[in-house]
Parts: sequence; structure tokens; C-alpha cells
Amino acid sequence: MSTVDQAVPLTTQTRSERLVRFITRTPLHIALIAIGVVWLVPTVGLALTSFRKPVNINSSGWWHSLTQWDWTLHNYGSVIHATGMGHAWVNSLIITVPATILPLTLGALAAFGFAWIPFPFRDTLFLLIVALMIVPIQTSLVPLLKLFANHWHLNNSFYGIWIAHTAFGLPLAVFLLRNFFITLPKDLIEAARIDGASNLAIFRRIVVPLSVPALASFGIFQFLWVWNDLLMALIFVSDPSKQPMTVRIPYLLSTYGQEYNLLSAAAFLLMIVPLIVFFALQRYFVQGLLAGSVKT
Amino acid sequence: MSTQGLPSPVAAPPPSKGRGEGLLSAGRRFQGFLFVLPALLVLAIFLIYPAYYTIRLSFYEGDFKFNPVHWLGIDNFKNLLTNDPDFLDLSKFPPSGALINNLRWVVVYISLALIIGLALAVLAVRVRYERAVKAAIFVPMAISATAVGIIWLFVYSPNPDIGVLNAVVHAFDHGVQPIAWLGRPGLVNYALIFAYVWASTGFVMVVLSAAIKGIPTEIMEAARVDGAGEWNIFRRIMLPMLSLPLSVVTIWLFINVIKVFDIIYVMTGGGPGTSSRVIAFTMYEETFHNGRPGYGAAVAVIMLVLIAPVMVLNVRRFRSERVIA
Repeated sequence: MSTVDQAVPLTTQTRSERLVRFITRTPLHIALIAIGVVWLVPTVGLALTSFRKPVNINSSGWWHSLTQWDWTLHNYGSVIHATGMGHAWVNSLIITVPATILPLTLGALAAFGFAWIPFPFRDTLFLLIVALMIVPIQTSLVPLLKLFANHWHLNNSFYGIWIAHTAFGLPLAVFLLRNFFITLPKDLIEAARIDGASNLAIFRRIVVPLSVPALASFGIFQFLWVWNDLLMALIFVSDPSKQPMTVRIPYLLSTYGQEYNLLSAAAFLLMIVPLIVFFALQRYFVQGLLAGSVKT
Repeated sequence: MSTQGLPSPVAAPPPSKGRGEGLLSAGRRFQGFLFVLPALLVLAIFLIYPAYYTIRLSFYEGDFKFNPVHWLGIDNFKNLLTNDPDFLDLSKFPPSGALINNLRWVVVYISLALIIGLALAVLAVRVRYERAVKAAIFVPMAISATAVGIIWLFVYSPNPDIGVLNAVVHAFDHGVQPIAWLGRPGLVNYALIFAYVWASTGFVMVVLSAAIKGIPTEIMEAARVDGAGEWNIFRRIMLPMLSLPLSVVTIWLFINVIKVFDIIYVMTGGGPGTSSRVIAFTMYEETFHNGRPGYGAAVAVIMLVLIAPVMVLNVRRFRSERVIA
């Protein structure tokens, strides 16, 4: 082993050259590490605060906790039970899952039509969808609320928010998936057509299985978008027992503004889901975000 | 469950050029409509019709049930731009109001996020811990604006046992009183902007970093051999080759800034007073708190107008890409 290493020197640098290189690169390291620290400190501070006893939080900064070593899970117990954040967390999930699956399904179906079945005005309709991608939510809030509350009486259920998120997620879904579907091999789909496969069968057996990366990217993007959304939940879910965490936390802030133990634990509960998604599915997540850059 | 051979209730569309054309019967073409129909219906009812309604409402005085009741013409817009100091006040210097604040956001937020993101993209590739730095910068992208708001409320807290920023200031100068970063009208917007920059820089970095890795290394090697310094390589080779991704990122940041709401709602509620309001916040406030849906609709229309050029740009870009393809 070691003889091999010696036999194939990777660099021809001498020791002094390395030293010079190290010194000239020191500012680079300092700058990068400084920015990294600035970016990490806020989140780490919140996370550490959430595991400290209220007494300690109010008597010393969270940075002291690194030496005190006095942790507790008590804050999470209080915030989940006493303030109803556990319930709100479940609401977030109830809102997010259908609001991800619906636009994914409708979007994939439409994208298949746009990509592989010619029909009149196809291109015009598709350009319309491209334009709709960045319509600000604000232009739809009032009419949708009127529709849901005054006409359909949906404002005390989850239907309204599901529908609203579906409508706002759809243009991006159609756009992304259509652009992916179109890159699938044409021969494959035509061969299936010649064999007599129906459009639906081609969609289910060929297009969907081959498009898992694109479906996953959009699915993750939409999941995080809905999970993290505040404004639409604020408008469309008026029943407090159905509100998601993003809406309940500002309420917590207005009633327990100085209870840092509760606030930090609640915020951490809200963050934990996106963080898990981020670390588990980083590749799809980054792809989804890059692809979603045309939206917001 | 095959729908093959479904009799077509509409006349066959005139033949046109397209993918997989020759093999399709009229019935199959009609199926194309069936595939896109659910999505189109959802968009028409829940996105297009509401946008039309809002535009109409912006010319009316609305009631508490959001009905247009009294035709006002362009009075809502006139009032917003000339008679509402919370939205636009040009009478004093510096000018103030939600529109001016949003302009401040456009300038400061976009340039900070671009500069920091670009610097990170260029510098991080040169070190071995590239992945760690990038992960640290990117993680806030995953976090909701509500959580970002709480995180930064802690950072900015005037309580020196909570607010790390005041603790740092205190460490440098023991005589300084804790600063209320969010309590001063002159500071609050910049404090909010920085929190949002913190949350968005990761995106800029990732996009630009991917683009930098796509630049052929031979070009830069050749420049180095010819004796070009690192700064010149950055300015004369990298920056020009990054112009397209830079414009994509800038547009993304711009749309973000026009729509910014959540973080302000959580951190300041538009305060102190009305000093940290932006356009989207005014829309929410006027429509849902002040009971003036017509006035709020006018604000929404202004947002739409600000974003419309980007819509046109997107459609154009998409068309030209397809011509090339």
C-alpha cells in the first residue's frame, strides 16, 4: 500500500510551497467559515434554546448552554399539549398531503396531454399556463374566499385550502412535468400505440414509471411550499381547531411573546419536517427548487 | 380500463404537425382534451376567474362580503398613489410608505442576496469542505418564513440573554444599551431584509454554483496559462458566462420581493406603526382588517402589474427556446 502511494505522487508540491499556499488561502478560509457561522448561529441558537429549562433561558444566553449541559424535553411537552401545537402539527399534515397529491395527479395528467396528444389550441393553452405560474396569490384571495365562504360554505373545512393550493400548484406542475415527459423516447410511446395501448395505459405503465425523478421533484417542492405557507392558511382556514402550525405560531407569539421556551420549541417542531425532507431527499429537493425557480 | 375507440362527440381537429401525429385517430385526439380538462377547469375557476373578479373589484367600493357595490372608476388607484401616506408618501424626505419600503426591499435584498450568493458560489468550490459550507447556507431555504421569523426575532431580541446580536454588540462595547432592531422605523426594514436574505441566499448560491461547474475548465486553465489573475478570470470569463443564470436568479428574487408577506406578518406586523409595511402587507391589511376589499383589490392589481413583465418574459423565453429546439 504505502509503496504504491510513494510511487504515484499526486502533487509535486514541496513543504514550503504548501505553507505559502496555506497562508495565502487563509483569508478565503476565514471568509467562508465566518459566513458559515453567521448562517448557522440563528438556527442553532433557536434549537438549543428549545431544549433549555425556562429558568436558564431567562437568566443566561443560549450560548451558555454549551457549557452548562442542562437539557430538558419539557418545553416540547408543554407546547404540544398545553398550547395545542401537537394538534396544529397534525393539521399541517392533513392540509399538506392532499394539497400535494391533487396538483401532482391533475398536473401529471394534463402534462401528458400537452406532451404527447395533439389537440386544438394545445400550444396556446400551454403558454397560458406558463404565464399563470407567477400570478400573485393576492389577486385570488378575495374571490376564492367569497366563493368558499359565501357560496359553498367550505371555510370551516379543509376543502377550501386544498382547492386553493391545488390551483396555485398546478401551473408549475404542468410546466415541469410536461417539459420532462417530452424528453421521454418517442419510439417507446409510438410502439405502445401501435400495440394498441390506450392513452391511459401509456400514461400509467410507461410515462409515470419513467418520470419518478420529475414527479418526486415537484412533489417535494409542493409539499414544502404548502407546509411552509402562512398567507393562504391564514385566509382560508378560519376555524382555529383546523389551523396549521404556520398560523398558530403567530398566535402563540401574540399571547406568549416572552415565553421563549414555548416559541423556540414550536418553531423547531415546524422546522423539523422540512429539515428531515431536506436531509433525506436532498437531491430531489435541490432539483425541485431549481426547477421551481420559475415560480417563486 | 381502456377508453380506446371512444366515439368522438366533436369533429376531428384539422391535421397539424406535431409529435406522434400519424398514429392518432380523432377519438384519441379528443382524449388529449380529456387529459388536460380537469387541470384547465381548476385553473379557470380558481385562478383565472378570481383574477378577473379582483381586477373588476379594484374599480369599486366593496362591502364586507366582498361584493362590488359602488363604482369608483380609478379612484382606488388615485387614492393609493396620491392620498395614502401609508402606501406612498413623497411629501417628505426620505419618502416613505409600503411602496417605498418594497422598493428598498428590491434594491437591498436583491443586491445582498446576489453578492453573497455569487461570492459563495465562486469561493466554496476552492475548499475541501465545500459541501458543508453549502449545506449550512442552503438549509434555511427549507424552513418556512414563520420559523425564519421566530428565529430572527430571537436574534434581534433586545433582551441580551436572548438576542445574540445585542450580546455581540455588548461584548464589543459594554456601555451600549441593547438596540431594538425591530423597534426603530429607520432600522426595521433592513433588519427584516437581512433575515430574508439569510433565508434566500442558498438558492442563489446553488444555481450559480451549478452554472460555474458547467463552465469548461479549459477556458480558465488557458487564461491562467496566459497569466490572467483570479480577479480578471472572474470578471472577464466567469461573469459573462454567468449572465443567463444571474438573470434567472434576479427574476426569482424580484418575484419573491414583490410577494413578501409572511416574514413581516410574523416579525413586526408591519410596525412599528406602519413603518415596515410592504405592498402585499397593505393588501392583506386593507382587505381583511380595514374592511376595504375594493381598495385591497387595487393593491393586488398593482402587484399583478409589477409582475406582469416577468410573465411576458417567461412566455417569450419559452417560445424562443422551443424554436431553437
